[in-house]
Amino acid sequence: METAIKTSTIKDKLIFEYENSKLFLFGDTQLRDKAMESFYKQGIPTRKHEEYKYIRVDLMLKGAFDFSTSKNCSDAQIESLKFLKEAYVVIIENGVFVEGASNLEKLPKGLTICSLVDAVKSNSPVFEKHYAQYADVKADPFIALNTAMTKDGVFIHVAKNAIIEKPIHIIHISTVSENTIIHPRNLIVVDENSQAKIIESFETIDATAKIFSNALTEIVVDKHAIVDHYKIQDEKELGYLVNTTQVIQQKQSVFSTHTFTLSGSLVRNNLTLVLDGEHIESHLNGLYLTAGNQVVDNHTVVDHRKPNCNSNELYKGIIEGKSTATFNGKIFVRKDAQKTNAFQSNKNILLSQAGTINTKPQLEIYADDVKCSHGSTTGKLDEAKIFYLRARGIGVVNAKKLLTHAFASEVVNTIKIEALRDYVEENISKTFQ
Amino acid sequence: MLSIKNLHASIDGNEILKGINLEIKVGEVHAIMGPNGSGKSTLAAVLAGRSEYDVTAGEVIYNGVNLLELEAEDRAREGVFLAFQYPIEIPGVSNINFLKTAIGEIRAYKGLDPMSAKDFLKMMKEKQQLVEIDRTLINRSINEGFSGGEKKRNEIFQMAMLEPKLSILDETDSGLDIDALRIVSSGVNKLKSKENATIIITHYQRLLDYIVPDFVHVLYNGKIVKSGTKELALELEERGYDYIKEEVEA
Repeated sequence: METAIKTSTIKDKLIFEYENSKLFLFGDTQLRDKAMESFYKQGIPTRKHEEYKYIRVDLMLKGAFDFSTSKNCSDAQIESLKFLKEAYVVIIENGVFVEGASNLEKLPKGLTICSLVDAVKSNSPVFEKHYAQYADVKADPFIALNTAMTKDGVFIHVAKNAIIEKPIHIIHISTVSENTIIHPRNLIVVDENSQAKIIESFETIDATAKIFSNALTEIVVDKHAIVDHYKIQDEKELGYLVNTTQVIQQKQSVFSTHTFTLSGSLVRNNLTLVLDGEHIESHLNGLYLTAGNQVVDNHTVVDHRKPNCNSNELYKGIIEGKSTATFNGKIFVRKDAQKTNAFQSNKNILLSQAGTINTKPQLEIYADDVKCSHGSTTGKLDEAKIFYLRARGIGVVNAKKLLTHAFASEVVNTIKIEALRDYVEENISKTFQ
Repeated sequence: MLSIKNLHASIDGNEILKGINLEIKVGEVHAIMGPNGSGKSTLAAVLAGRSEYDVTAGEVIYNGVNLLELEAEDRAREGVFLAFQYPIEIPGVSNINFLKTAIGEIRAYKGLDPMSAKDFLKMMKEKQQLVEIDRTLINRSINEGFSGGEKKRNEIFQMAMLEPKLSILDETDSGLDIDALRIVSSGVNKLKSKENATIIITHYQRLLDYIVPDFVHVLYNGKIVKSGTKELALELEERGYDYIKEEVEA
């Protein structure tokens, strides 16, 4: 019996935990069961899974893991993470919405923010219409796992014609003393002709054990809506993050997303945009700074389903130490999607001998009247530029810092919220010290 | 100020400099002329500290220190300035941030207090007027999208900001039209003083109509084969480099 426990895999443990806690989980049991069944079929991906070739999630999940946590951080610690002065702040602590620590007084007309649990309890029709409709449990084991096991998260609804001026800042805080797996889940619905800016930041506080967050956010961008979305991932050494972002865009909407990976032992981003109407505009920007033994893996999918849409993607990486970074960007242009413009670019700087970068752009085009391009470059810092700076009295350290900063600035400058841009700038400077 | 003795340098095993001797005193302007491939730019690169060149023999003493033992940045901090023949573009690094960092490091090296933001901006304004460079250029990234003439002007602006003791102008006249040449040389003349020295490297005599040298040296096949005053430049212009070659090979 003892050996059976020892050899039981994380997959078995997750299934066992699901069966145990099922009665206490909110919402649709059928949906959860189906999702678990799908996870059972897929399992934790190993190197043999094409989509998880360069990231050993299975190795990260070896050893003991807990499924619930009790350690809470102090108000002062939470306050320190609210880096935007002017924002509606949502605190998700270890996967659970904490209303007391959030700043949600005086929400403007048209903006609803509540926990996922409350959204279910209140039988919100918007929630019921959209929840778990976009992230496909069969497409990825982590989507399946999240759908089956999530305990909470936030539901944000921006009603028709509402323009929300202040950004909405969702802060995911992890603070654990035992190795823990959590599955926070968010649903953001931005209705017709409305506008919102949403920031998701991922932080750890006082963590003394590994935190594996399998976080999932679904975003609905209805017709004529404009949504500006940011992810700031900064979970430090004990953070292991699989972050799925599933976006559906309706006609004439504009969606811009920006992913900044500043730290974390393992970060896997699965970002999917489905362009399901005409005249849609989509922007995908990303910057990853990796060092030490970090593994950062960005998988993006842009799915052009209808004609006359534009998508533009720019991901940049700076790789130090023994870290590994992967960029895998897929663009689908379906048969109907004539007059599509789809552009993709991935540029990397390798600062060390031991660092690794895998880059794989993939274009699948089924329409004949389209403009698509993709490009990928990986290089070192330009010696001629370093010499030019040194010839003016700047030492090697500062010369490299100036040049890496310059490389990153193209992505940083796409941030439209000034306070956020300053925050990211500052953190990049710290990284290169 | 600068004493070069029997300097030999090679790149990838090919010897380019084959025993250069040159003495420069403070307050002087020296022109180094010579045909293509004679080693002019190599001399500039070796003095500035480009690591791809191997110095195989000789020494360079600059204000009492062995220049060849210093890293490129320390040479700059000691007051050596190279105006590049082909200034590089560095998108994403603003001229202002670049010069602020450079001046900060140079002052720290000399044990001086950092310059205040106010003084820095004042200095920028003064020097910008001195070398007649457009302010919009300075606000941009280093040389990004600059024309050939604008890049050369930016080199002279940097020279004005860093106030070097020894300036080496490597083919600063190449690619400049007559108006740009006039502006660039007027900047160099204004920066010239009794406390500094200038080395002008050029293929053509034309630049020397604007910046008048005290001495002219002819570099040929890695050696200085002839030295004289400014009249030598005129003679070269008139007779071409061939007569030098004939003299040397005779």
